[in-house]
Amino acid sequence: MAELTKPRVKVNATAKAGEVLEVKTLISHPMENGLRKDSAGKAIPQDIINTVAATFNGVEVFRAKLGSGTSANPYVAFFFKADKSGDLVTTWTDDANKTINDTQKITVS
Amino acid sequence: MSADMHLNELNRRYFILGSTAMAAFAALTSPSSAQTPVPTAEELIKAITKDVKPADGKVALDLPEIAENGNTVPFSFTVESPMTAADHVKAVHVIAPGNPRAEIGSYYFSPQSGKASASSRMRLAKTQDIVAIAEMSDGKMFMTKRAVKVTIGGCGG
Repeated sequence: MAELTKPRVKVNATAKAGEVLEVKTLISHPMENGLRKDSAGKAIPQDIINTVAATFNGVEVFRAKLGSGTSANPYVAFFFKADKSGDLVTTWTDDANKTINDTQKITVS
Repeated sequence: MSADMHLNELNRRYFILGSTAMAAFAALTSPSSAQTPVPTAEELIKAITKDVKPADGKVALDLPEIAENGNTVPFSFTVESPMTAADHVKAVHVIAPGNPRAEIGSYYFSPQSGKASASSRMRLAKTQDIVAIAEMSDGKMFMTKRAVKVTIGGCGG
């Protein structure tokens, strides 16, 4: 199973109240689709990040259920409404149910 | 192919040959190598829409007309909606019927999303019509299709 490493999240740290912000996320992962075979002809088992979800102040703002048709090192960009200051927490989950988090502080003026 | 060939040009040529052969090989073997039954695009669409007939429009799906590398094809979509508690987009499903596994991803939204839009990158095995279906909070469905030409299939296949 591939390790979950290097999640990267890009979002403006400041916003006006009620502003809709774009969040760009990227994580290193092979997204092994389960269809390939290794050099010995053995099938390589599926190993993908199946969920990318984001909460803002504990409320879910976006969730993506990824299939094996999503490219390696999945890039997912989405939007959320920043009504007050708080934490944007993005969570990636893989097929082995391992997770990794990233937290971004957003200041709303 | 001798192992001590390190000329850049040769390597590049072998790489191109290799990836074409790999795509062809994958296309030949993938249907039989699947371990669990894979839902077809029709089955996926039916599971999403149930008895509702999706209408045209509302969903804007942005894809390159020609994708040179099927391993990573950027796409984005936006669904017209006020995104209020009473009227918002619940989910958008992206399906590639020409892939050995048609499911690219499902993206879920709430009024807190502010905008029913997302971008990502997909694998495409061959030239095909990509389908995006939006599920609205009132139960209505909207569907759109976009054709994309794929030069080198993503070994997704």
